[in-house]
Amino acid sequence: MNLGSGQGSMSTASSSGAWKAGDVVPDQFPAGLRVLVVDDDPTCLMILEKMLRTCLYEVTKCNRAETALSLLRGNKSGFDIVISDVHMPDMDGFKLLEHIGLEMDLPVIMMSADDGKHVVMKGVTHGACDYLIKPVRIEALKNIWQHVVRKRKNEWKDLEQSGSVEDGDRQQKPSEDVDYSSSANEGNWKNSKRRKDEEDDAEERDDTSTLKKPRVVWSVELHQQFVAAVNQLGIDKAVPKKILELMNVPGLTRENVASHLQKYRLYLRRLSGVSQHQSGLNNSFMGPQDATFGPISSLNGLDLQTLAVAGQLPAQSLATLQAAGLGRSTGKSGLPMPLVDQRNLFSFEAPKFRYGEGQQQQQQLSNSSKQMNLLHGIPTTMEPKQLATLRQSAQSFGSINMQVNAHGNDSSSLLMQMAQPHSRAQILNETTGNHVSRITSSMGQPVLSNGIAGGLLTRNVIVENGRGAGFNPVSQGPSVVEFPMNHTAELPGNSFPLGTNPGISSIQSKGLLEEVSSEIKGSRGFVSSYDIFNELHQPKSQDWELQNVGLTFNASQHANSIPGNLGVSPSVLVHQVFSSGQKSGQNMNTPVVSKAMFSVGAGSEHGNTHNISQHLNTLVDSSLRVKTEKILDPSCEITPFPEHYVQEDLMSALLKQQQEGIGPVEGEFDFDGYPMDNIPV
Amino acid sequence: MERTQQHRQVAHMRQSLFDQGLLDEQFVQLEELQDDANPNFVEEVVTLFYRDSARLVLNIDQALDKSPLDFSKLDSYMHQFKGSASSIGAKKVKSECTLFREYCKAGNGEGCMKTFQQLKKDYAVLRKKLETYFQMARQVGPVETACRRK
Repeated sequence: MNLGSGQGSMSTASSSGAWKAGDVVPDQFPAGLRVLVVDDDPTCLMILEKMLRTCLYEVTKCNRAETALSLLRGNKSGFDIVISDVHMPDMDGFKLLEHIGLEMDLPVIMMSADDGKHVVMKGVTHGACDYLIKPVRIEALKNIWQHVVRKRKNEWKDLEQSGSVEDGDRQQKPSEDVDYSSSANEGNWKNSKRRKDEEDDAEERDDTSTLKKPRVVWSVELHQQFVAAVNQLGIDKAVPKKILELMNVPGLTRENVASHLQKYRLYLRRLSGVSQHQSGLNNSFMGPQDATFGPISSLNGLDLQTLAVAGQLPAQSLATLQAAGLGRSTGKSGLPMPLVDQRNLFSFEAPKFRYGEGQQQQQQLSNSSKQMNLLHGIPTTMEPKQLATLRQSAQSFGSINMQVNAHGNDSSSLLMQMAQPHSRAQILNETTGNHVSRITSSMGQPVLSNGIAGGLLTRNVIVENGRGAGFNPVSQGPSVVEFPMNHTAELPGNSFPLGTNPGISSIQSKGLLEEVSSEIKGSRGFVSSYDIFNELHQPKSQDWELQNVGLTFNASQHANSIPGNLGVSPSVLVHQVFSSGQKSGQNMNTPVVSKAMFSVGAGSEHGNTHNISQHLNTLVDSSLRVKTEKILDPSCEITPFPEHYVQEDLMSALLKQQQEGIGPVEGEFDFDGYPMDNIPV
Repeated sequence: MERTQQHRQVAHMRQSLFDQGLLDEQFVQLEELQDDANPNFVEEVVTLFYRDSARLVLNIDQALDKSPLDFSKLDSYMHQFKGSASSIGAKKVKSECTLFREYCKAGNGEGCMKTFQQLKKDYAVLRKKLETYFQMARQVGPVETACRRK
């Protein structure tokens, strides 16, 4: 039976009846719990297997730790719990325990004939959730499901603590979110809405992640902050306490940071094998992302390449994603998951990649929005080639957009968009910005797609704005462009690809939005932008909260004065995108979108879009970067796949980036560069 | 009846294994796992144990022949052996494993060797008795053998 089918199915995990931490578990549970047993002793293994089968669990046994690890890595969401012997010839059981905790974050039970206090203590310190003395009795095994439930529950709680909008518990956090940005109203509004959606998503997520265990949600935004802090301190000197201080995120505990740091280090180590750009790269997302891209492309069948380029999610976002993936890898079945799996733990990119198409656009945007140093300070590595790609994509943006739009229903397009914004953000940073506007314009239609992708991201961002994070507006300059199309009419109907795949994107966006929201919150700078968003708030149509979309529109509307300024549109789009996204989980996207929008506006406007630019400017200054960044990230997360869990992380990552970018934005956004003219408003 | 008598014999034999301290509660756990899907589960596990532990016994024998004795290695082998033995409920063998490990910790090579000799004897005796038991139980019928006195 499958509790939440961890097979990467986005399935709403409701297969076993939706249950989230804290909820009543499905009736079948714990039957069907997927257990992995590792023991070099064949006798014990045989007995354990029989016992577990008798408990109605699904058992997989292996006699070597390496085998177990590869099994787990190959199917991150395939198991709910691991039981391992302490003494094994090929690998110490505690080492295996560590690996599992870091990579998959599954509950692990240690076993041994050794009942010495010292050994049991070691189990505790290494993070084992239980320690069984051999010979193991069946009674002891009957209750192991409690560890799965407990872990899930704690993860949800952690999510809340970390400030990411994840669960229904968010309701309680709206005030917190609100604090982040001036547009508290929106924030609240969005939060509540998002919350509901999120709850649903969370439930779904929970279900799917029943096995996957949603981790503490390190939203894109949060992760960006984290990465920035780490970079600031220096990866060697980064200690949880200092990181926590630097991050200054209320509700975040040192433990949260410590465990995240652990994961991050592992991630970096992995990445270093792939690319050297990890951390510390400011605008160069490419590095890590490239690595990520590889696997991702195959993930969604999307043009990952583009995504790769576009998906230059800032390292942070990537990290976030990865974190998300990490944490959620199990939970985020579906697209996000595969992406995650492929990558290492930190592959946010995955979500982004989905938006392959979007990425192109994003790339374009990125190119043009070089100025938009979206990920300023964020160790995203946008490599030049990525930019180039973006540029190219920019060209094809128009087409892409179209495609993207076409995909509308494709989740992929959403993804792309998502990715795009993301990549765009990067590109923006890298490239001179002219392209951005161009892209946006060309995107006009496609823009939407791009925008969507990017917008999704941005949207999410924007949505976030609604939530309180106004920073999106700026981010997606290019992506925003896309929106114009969307927003006008589509947004409500999910103009952006997100829309098309309401189901998917919504999830995505939702996740993103969520993330974004939280991130947005962080970007106070966008206060003004929020206003725009507020106006844009539209009743949510479909899952996405168009409202966010609406916000975007307003922005764009204001920006009407700007001739062909994408700035406006993008923002609108962005918003819209996000709006829609929000609902369905694209929320995350929305925020992104908003970011994008603003960024676009900011970029191109320079004064054209009064409204927007003004907003944007304000926002841009601080939030541009943030937004852009965020957008990118969120977009990545905006994969319309139900498994937006990962996205959420992406969003967080993105958001974080954006947030981080807020500061630098001032100097970075050189909107003049963006040829927003082309952006069809 | 013949059948009934046979059943009684099987039950008696089973009980004696417990009474003599050769088997403990863990063996009962194995019996309870036996069902229609795995009618010979207990026998299969025991067979697997003997097959796998033969390797360990050989390793320990070889290690005891070395000089000087590598106690940590011996301890490690014995730890594995103990884990296996305990999982089939081999009570006596398990206690001898514990004794052996104590000697190892104390660095008492003599004690280790002596204990191990005894252990091997008990290990062989148990094997024989279980084989007989399983044979009888199979003749009588699965119901009886798996029947646990409640």
